[in-house]
Amino acid sequence: MKKIRVLIAKLGLDGHDRGAKVVARALRDSGMEVIYTGIRQTPLQIVNTAIQEDIDCLGLSILSGAHLQLFPKIIDLLEKRSKKPLILAGGIIPSEDTPALESMGIRKVFGPGTTTREIIDFIRNELG
Amino acid sequence: MKIKDKKKHWEDNVLKKVLDKHPERKKDFKNLSKIRIENLYTPADTEGFDYLKDSGFPGDFPFTRGVQPTMYRGRLWTMRQYAGLGDAEESNKRYKYLLNQGQTGLSVAFDLPTQIGYDSGHQLAAGEVGKVGVAIDSLADMELLFNEVPLDKVSTSMTINSPCAILLAMYIAVAEKQDVDISRLAGTTQNDILKEYIARGTYIFPPLPSLRLTTDIIEYTSKYLPRWNPISISGYHIREAGATAVQELAFTLADGLAYVDAVLERNLNPDDFVPRFSFFFAVHNNFFEEVAKFRAARRLWARLMKERFYVQNPKSMMLRFHTQTGGSTLTAQQPDNNIVRVALQAFAAVLGGTQSLHTNSRDEALALPSEDSVKIALRTQQIIAYESGVADTVDPLAGSYYVESLTDQMEKEAMAYIKKIDNLGGMLAAIEKEVIQKEIQNSAYILQQKIENKEETVVGVNRFQDEEAKKSHKLGVDPEIEERQKQRLAELKDTRDNELVEKTLDNIKKTIHNQENLMPAILEAVKAYATIGEICGIMRQELGEYRESVNI
Amino acid sequence: MILSEMNLVEKILQGDPGSTAKLISKIEDEPGTDFEEIRILEAKGTSAYTVGITGSSGVGKSSLIARLIEQYRKNNKKVAVLAIDPSSPFTGGAILGDRIRMQMHSLDEGVFIRSMSTRGHLGGLSQAAANTIKVMAAWGADTVIVETVGVGQDEVEIIKVADTILVVLSPGSGDDIQMMKAGILEVGDIFVINKADRPEAENLKGTLESVNPGRKDEGWQPCVIETIALKGSGIEELYEKIEEHRKYTRKKEDDK
Repeated sequence: MKKIRVLIAKLGLDGHDRGAKVVARALRDSGMEVIYTGIRQTPLQIVNTAIQEDIDCLGLSILSGAHLQLFPKIIDLLEKRSKKPLILAGGIIPSEDTPALESMGIRKVFGPGTTTREIIDFIRNELG
Repeated sequence: MKIKDKKKHWEDNVLKKVLDKHPERKKDFKNLSKIRIENLYTPADTEGFDYLKDSGFPGDFPFTRGVQPTMYRGRLWTMRQYAGLGDAEESNKRYKYLLNQGQTGLSVAFDLPTQIGYDSGHQLAAGEVGKVGVAIDSLADMELLFNEVPLDKVSTSMTINSPCAILLAMYIAVAEKQDVDISRLAGTTQNDILKEYIARGTYIFPPLPSLRLTTDIIEYTSKYLPRWNPISISGYHIREAGATAVQELAFTLADGLAYVDAVLERNLNPDDFVPRFSFFFAVHNNFFEEVAKFRAARRLWARLMKERFYVQNPKSMMLRFHTQTGGSTLTAQQPDNNIVRVALQAFAAVLGGTQSLHTNSRDEALALPSEDSVKIALRTQQIIAYESGVADTVDPLAGSYYVESLTDQMEKEAMAYIKKIDNLGGMLAAIEKEVIQKEIQNSAYILQQKIENKEETVVGVNRFQDEEAKKSHKLGVDPEIEERQKQRLAELKDTRDNELVEKTLDNIKKTIHNQENLMPAILEAVKAYATIGEICGIMRQELGEYRESVNI
Repeated sequence: MILSEMNLVEKILQGDPGSTAKLISKIEDEPGTDFEEIRILEAKGTSAYTVGITGSSGVGKSSLIARLIEQYRKNNKKVAVLAIDPSSPFTGGAILGDRIRMQMHSLDEGVFIRSMSTRGHLGGLSQAAANTIKVMAAWGADTVIVETVGVGQDEVEIIKVADTILVVLSPGSGDDIQMMKAGILEVGDIFVINKADRPEAENLKGTLESVNPGRKDEGWQPCVIETIALKGSGIEELYEKIEEHRKYTRKKEDDK
């Protein structure tokens, strides 16, 4: 039986994991397998985990403002390893940064007020 | 008795007629702490209430009505707005500006690498330097931060936890260089490590050694910095992580009990240090629940201090607190709505008797606030203070059947949690068993579900939405800060006495092994210009690093 | 078809984690299928030594594994971890969080960690796990550590296939009786009391020794090792004991 495998990753030094945990739980409740690796993950840790776990979707959570520096590193590493999961992002990401993030490979940035239902539906739609 | 009967009569006759035609909006009215809210409150709901025993007078046990006899009639709450600028020099300019404007309370926010004990050049610091606050790598940065700021004339609040001893030592070192008598230093360090494991995540070492560090600071300041508030026991972050108001109350006070226990183990008299404990709470949208929470907090703390620790000094029983309006209640959609939210929240904090208050800006859901928004946030407090009249009498909501009933209930529910925590072996044990974290996660999840199924309304988000363009205004952080810090670090290591640094670091190691108070050893290292990363590096080696486990 | 299969297999044999992971996914999706790739790998004859680690949640299995990985790596051995967590019987989903405590090893090319859920396979999990171990062996693992929460029959079944089984307990967690019920105590070769600095550790040790649990084997006397995974105490001793049991089982194999 096939399951959608999602890696929820908290990137950088920020320790606010309320959203990440709520999303992880909601995804689990919708039948997905969620790998959660806790706070303070580096880009390399995230990518290695993504590869070993053969994930379908990567959810990046960051609230410290370091997204423009850290996301490209992840995208770069994934590209080098030929891994192409669906990449989503959430946390505190100013809307003017969204175009830049989407053009570098983040499929969608989910801002505050997003419902878990939206995220679940989005993932299922994208991954078929 | 009579009122209860009359109410029943009223319900069966007058009310029923209306309900049959027009039922109420909900079948059951409960607040988020799961406390049932009655259709109306009458004296019957406060039947067992003993005014003198349960409320009393402000400044008098059990302090339900306030910790000072005059409260805002004597002096308004301090309007202390938390702010952070990425660079020590920029922050220094801001401090001097504020001092010129007559402000005497400074607030320092540190960036994440500093909060987690990493230098700006560390691999994990990449992209984070100067973002959520100022980057401090060594005493040199601290000297820049407070350059020409007379430390004997200001009160400084530093939001720092795990490496608190180091930043405090730096502050002391700067004061010494200014020839200031350090016993005159006034301020607060947050220094609340327990909540880091529960909610905030900037821990470094495991709980037990961290508790020892916290106690070192409390002990040291009680001797050498008598005007310093060594700890700000925080519920804000616990609430923001998803706890209910009752949980915020319970877990914060339980943390407080754990700190008192920790210092007691050093054979210190609680009356010597508890008077300088302060607290920090959030304030959210449910107006009366919040007011009741603050009143219950004061009463419960006073009773706990008296009954558990037999304190004699009334100051040991006074719960003094700072409040911040809840960041998690801000919406990115229709940001102007947040002005109203913050106003109501601030209002509740004032009616709850807070000693100081920070109001959030309307546009903080997605970025650091703009100057205009910050001004509105400050004006909000000023309008409440000067135009609303609520500061003209103490604890105006006392006597409300609803508020007194709710205060009672919250005290009871919080106490039930505290007893459970006692049974688990205390807060430290409860945290290690991850019981607290699980409670908070559950509450967070339940709230999210309620918002998604519209049981809870968030105006502008799940109801009364707009098709509006998101206004952008992002406040940029200077991208050069990281590079500048790295350069400064390199220069520092070239110009300082590296042998001396090694000696001081070694001394820290010895002090840890000898289980002595670490403050003096850290002070020596700081004066030798050892960096935060170096000092925390030794401590990480000796004390270990904490790693969470997941129990979602 | 054959060519692409060979490529996957070849890459796995060269230690490519991406290919290893992909094959494991295939196995998970169809646990009952007899994959060509598995047959090819079996034919190559790579094998790994398996250590099963079971115990209730909260006893510290993951922290213990993180420490053991250090030991294997110190001795220049490649190690793989298969961390199995139960899926929700209601939703079929799962939160796999065991690797949090092992994440410091995620940058080590000599370590491969994979989280797996039970997916409600009835009995299929054992096959998925067994095949995954083969793939991990092919990747180059000298040792494969299989971690399960010892509550369900499935999990007990998986653990039984391991060469060495560690049953982990911790004082004050109150799970002793439960474990006895599930039949878990009977499968242990080495019993680990983690968080041994807790006051009730001595009691637990006494209880354990009086029950005299363990896999019945004339040549091996199950023993109790005390550890404090968070501090690293007792780890070397545990590692030595595992290696001792390994030598013993290998000798038994050779003697057959």
